[in-house]
Amino acid sequence: MNAYTRPDFRLPPQPTAESAAFWTGGERGKLLVMRCRACGHFFHPPAPVCFRCRSLDVAPEATSGRGTVAAFTVNQQQWLPGLPPPYVVAMIELAEDHDVRVTSNVVDVDPKDLRVGLPVEVFFEEWGEGEDRVWIPLFQPATDTHEGELA
Amino acid sequence: MSRGGPFEGKAVLTGAGKSQVGRRLGRTGLDLTVEACLRAIEDAGLSVDDIDGVASYPGGGVPQPGFSGASTHELQNALGIRATWYMSGAETAGQIGPVIEACMAVALGLANHVVVFRSVWESTAQASGNRASVLSGGGKAAGHLEYFGPFGAVSPSSWLAMPAQRYMHDFGLTREHLGAIAINARAHAGRNADAVYRDPLTMEEYLGSRMISEPFCLYDCDVPCDGATAVIVSRRDATSGLAHPALTVESVGTGMLERATWDQRRDLTTMAAHDAAATMWQRTTLTAKDVDHAELYDGFSYLTVTWLDALGFFPHGEAGQFIGAGERFGLDGSLPLNTSGGQLSGGRLHGLGFLHEACVQLWGEGGDRQATNSPEVAVVAVGGGPVAGSLLLSTH
Repeated sequence: MNAYTRPDFRLPPQPTAESAAFWTGGERGKLLVMRCRACGHFFHPPAPVCFRCRSLDVAPEATSGRGTVAAFTVNQQQWLPGLPPPYVVAMIELAEDHDVRVTSNVVDVDPKDLRVGLPVEVFFEEWGEGEDRVWIPLFQPATDTHEGELA
Repeated sequence: MSRGGPFEGKAVLTGAGKSQVGRRLGRTGLDLTVEACLRAIEDAGLSVDDIDGVASYPGGGVPQPGFSGASTHELQNALGIRATWYMSGAETAGQIGPVIEACMAVALGLANHVVVFRSVWESTAQASGNRASVLSGGGKAAGHLEYFGPFGAVSPSSWLAMPAQRYMHDFGLTREHLGAIAINARAHAGRNADAVYRDPLTMEEYLGSRMISEPFCLYDCDVPCDGATAVIVSRRDATSGLAHPALTVESVGTGMLERATWDQRRDLTTMAAHDAAATMWQRTTLTAKDVDHAELYDGFSYLTVTWLDALGFFPHGEAGQFIGAGERFGLDGSLPLNTSGGQLSGGRLHGLGFLHEACVQLWGEGGDRQATNSPEVAVVAVGGGPVAGSLLLSTH
């Protein structure tokens, strides 16, 4: 499973007004995740209100794009044409806020090296054209490990 | 024993029925639904004219082919039911939520006898090329799929394999433990003439089967089928002269205390099941120690593990030790489990099949598969991820 190559197909997301930043931040190389300015916590998926403190003062904010694998599966079944298995689906805990997870793929990793706590970093894959352009956030093992993030 | 539960003993179960169940039956969803409902009504010792309520999950307007066999309107229309109360919906306490709604309706006097059904014809739908398509709706992933579809995570097998793997990592649950759940279901299915898969399953076959989404192999996933299940929820005051002793709904589990997501729950080794179970136990003086029969959802083997954990049969995390090789789940075990074969081997009747089997066991009508402990208290719990609901039933 090493040497990731772009698949022929990915099911594109249907962004909403709230989620557009999440899907387009990659144009500038940034993983944008909603953050509450009142309590300071990030949250995902995007919403117009903070579920913790119910503040409406929320906005997408750039994260480091770093995180750790909280849970994963190696999917072995083909579900979509043009997206052949195997591929890794994982929940990534953000380095900034361990309660916040982004579900994505982890690529360029041997399944036997996959583990809970594996440090990963984001990269983006551009899909679609014109108004439909999105930058899908994917993850790969972190190139340099910041031990302080591995709480 | 106390009747101080949420409905003060007013809501009871009086009948249960099942249609023909199988693969690619080629019958319509409404046809199967009518068969199950008529059988449940007859099983209770009632006639259609006695039925004044209708409830179902998920109701009409569902796009996935075969997922909703009939709406409450269609059944009411087909049988000419003079309904004083009816409902359907999917945003409720799991596939069992409409049963709980019906309990509330009879307890509040809105109806005397409610027929509650769940019907599917997914096997026929898939055989005719109508496999549920995530590509419908303009070919984009919307709603909750927006955050899973772009990563090829379009199947619940992938969504639930992740927390399963995390529970294995944190607590030492093994594939053999999941296999014990699957093998138990198959063993029970061998004594159920309606079950889809009845040949014995060995651990070797289980471990050797192809992977779907690790750690889930083929035998960790339930089997789509065609079939309908119905139960009759009655007001106790209206049950004199009926065919069975009424089964008391001691408590119901309806909680969803964290956000309705598949990936944001604070503790990934728990699910909404833990919230439903917690609220169910808050409403009764009975405890897990009083339960002598369990019918726990097995859309994936791990969901049965989750419900065992959620219901507090052991301290959180100790599922592996409790399951062992599945010894306690047999007909002569201390906690007979999924005795009609569950959905893993019996077929995905989607929730209500478990309630049907609990009724059969509590009435002592299991025949070849009757549990030898003559159960008096059964728990029925259905759903996975953010979907969860449970019922505690008794013969008391």
